[in-house]
Amino acid sequence: MTELTPKGTWVEIYRVILPAGERAPQVPEDTAGVPLVMRVKGWLAAPAAPGAEAEIVTPAGRRLRGTLVAVNPAYTHGFGPPIPELSGVGPEVRAILGGEAGDE
Amino acid sequence: MAERAGIMRASVGIDYARYETGVLAFDYERMLADTGYDIAAAQAVQRETAVGDTPLVELHNITALVRRLASPGKGARIFVKDEAANPSGSFKDRRASLSVHEARRRGYPGVAAATSGNYGAAVASQAAKAGLRCIVVQEAFDSRGVAQPEIEEKTRACEAYGAEVIRLSVGPELFYVFLMVLRETGYFNASLYTPYSVLGIETLGHELAVQTKERTGRFPDVVIATHAGGGNVTGTARGLRKAGATDTQVIAASVDLAGLHMASDHDFNRKSFTTGHTGFSMPFTTWPDRADVPRNAARPLRYLDRFVTVTQGEVFYATQVLAELEGLERGPAGNTSLAAAFAIARELDEAQVVVVQETEYTGAGKHPIAQLNLARRMGIEVARGDPRDSRPGERILIPTHPAQIRVVDVDLDRVRRSYLRHALEGLAPGTRPGEADVRFLAEETRSSEDFVAEVIHEQAGTTG
Repeated sequence: MTELTPKGTWVEIYRVILPAGERAPQVPEDTAGVPLVMRVKGWLAAPAAPGAEAEIVTPAGRRLRGTLVAVNPAYTHGFGPPIPELSGVGPEVRAILGGEAGDE
Repeated sequence: MAERAGIMRASVGIDYARYETGVLAFDYERMLADTGYDIAAAQAVQRETAVGDTPLVELHNITALVRRLASPGKGARIFVKDEAANPSGSFKDRRASLSVHEARRRGYPGVAAATSGNYGAAVASQAAKAGLRCIVVQEAFDSRGVAQPEIEEKTRACEAYGAEVIRLSVGPELFYVFLMVLRETGYFNASLYTPYSVLGIETLGHELAVQTKERTGRFPDVVIATHAGGGNVTGTARGLRKAGATDTQVIAASVDLAGLHMASDHDFNRKSFTTGHTGFSMPFTTWPDRADVPRNAARPLRYLDRFVTVTQGEVFYATQVLAELEGLERGPAGNTSLAAAFAIARELDEAQVVVVQETEYTGAGKHPIAQLNLARRMGIEVARGDPRDSRPGERILIPTHPAQIRVVDVDLDRVRRSYLRHALEGLAPGTRPGEADVRFLAEETRSSEDFVAEVIHEQAGTTG
C-alpha cells in the first residue's frame, strides 16, 4: 500500500485543462496535438497518495483538486556549465580598450 | 466567452465603453487622466514601497569601447537606468505599484496577473507589502514538461513573495484560465495593459530625463527602450514629455525572433528570450487591443521615433560586456536596448547622450549561461560569428567583435499600414470610419489624416 503524504505538506498537483484535440482553433498544429495542462503548488488539504487525486490549499487560500505529482518539489533551475563562447568576450573587449578601461 | 466583458469590467473597475468617441475612436487621454495619477501622484505611491528613484549609471568603459569603433568625434555618452534596484528587481515594480494600490484602495481581496515574466514577481512583491492575496498565471513549460529556465526563476520568485502560481503548458488558452480565476476570486486584474500599468512607467521616463539633465546639462538625445507589449515605450515616452524632454528621440529595441511561432509547443523552448522580442512587439505594435483588457493603455506607435531589432547573440554579448567592463551583472532580456545602444551611440556625436532605460536582475535560470545551455540541449547551434548569419531557433551567434553589433530598422510605415488594416478589419459590417475615427487613427499611427484616408481607400479597393 502506498504511504499517504500527510495533510499540510507542500506539494504540486497536475490537471489537464483541455485535452489534445479540444484546443483553441487558432493554435498551431503541434500545440493542438498536445493537452493544455496545469501545475499548481499548495498545502495538502487531506492526506493523499502520490499519483492519486488530491486537494490542496494554495497560498492564495483557494482549494484546488488534481493529481498529486510532487512532494515538496525542488527548484531545479540553475546555470549549468559556463559557455566558452561567452567566456572570451571580456578579455577581447579589454584588449580593444588597450588595457585602459576607464580611460576616455 | 460572452461573459468576458463583464468579468473584465468588474476586475479592473474601468467602464471602457464610456471613452468611445467613434466606431473605432476612443478618448485615450481622458481614459488615462480619469485615473487621477499624474507624475507626482504616481511617485508618491511608488515611494511608499521604495519603487523608483533608481540610479542613472554612466557606462564610461562601454562608451570608451564604442568610441574605439567610431569615426573621430563620434560615440555618444551611454548611461543606463539601473532599474534592477527596484524591490523585485525590475522596472515592472513601477507598473505593479499603481495597480496594487488601486486594488487595495477599492477593497479587492487580491490581485491576479497573467504573466510569465518579471511582472509576476513585481505584482507578487507589491501584493505582499499591501497585504493582498496574489495569483500569477504563467505559460511555463512545454508538452514534455521542460520549463523555460527564466520562467522557472519567476515561479520561484512569485512563490517567495507568497503568491499562488498557476503554471500552464504552452498555448493562448491561458487567457481563458485567467478569466476563470478572475471570475472565481473577484480579484483585481493587474493587467499589464490598464492605465495604471502604463502610468506607473511615466515616472521612469520623467526620472531619467531629470537625472540626465542634472548630470550632463541636457536632456537625453536618445532613449532606447526594450520593446515587447508596448507599455515600456509608451510610459517612458510620456514621462519624457512630461519632464519637458520633447526633443528626445525614443527608440524601441526588440530581439529578433522572426520565424518562431509564439503559440507553438515545439518553438517554446527554442527561444532564448521570454520577453523583449518581436513575438510580442510586432503584434502589439500593429494591434494593441489584442490585450486582456478592452482598450490597451500601451499604444507604442503613438510614441515611436524608431523601432529596431537586434539578435539574441548580440544581447548575450552586451550582457557579458556590461558585467566585465562595468561591473554590472544584469539581464539578459533587459539588455536588449543596451545591445542596440552599441550600434546607435557609434553614429552619434561625442557630446550627445544615449540613455538605456532599464536593467533587470539576473540569477539562476535568468542568465545567458542558463539560456545558452538550454539552447544547446534543444539542438540549437551556439557559436562565435557574425550575428547577421544567425537564425532564431537554429543558430545563435555571439559576435567576434563589438563592431559586428548593428541594429536592423523596422519600417515604421509598414507597421502603420498594418495597424490601420487591423483597425479597419475590426469594423462591424456596414460601419464606416467617421471624421473622429480618421483623426484618432492619425494620432494612433503618428501619421496624418491624409495617410489614413489613403490606406482606407486602398483597403476599400482590396475588399470592396
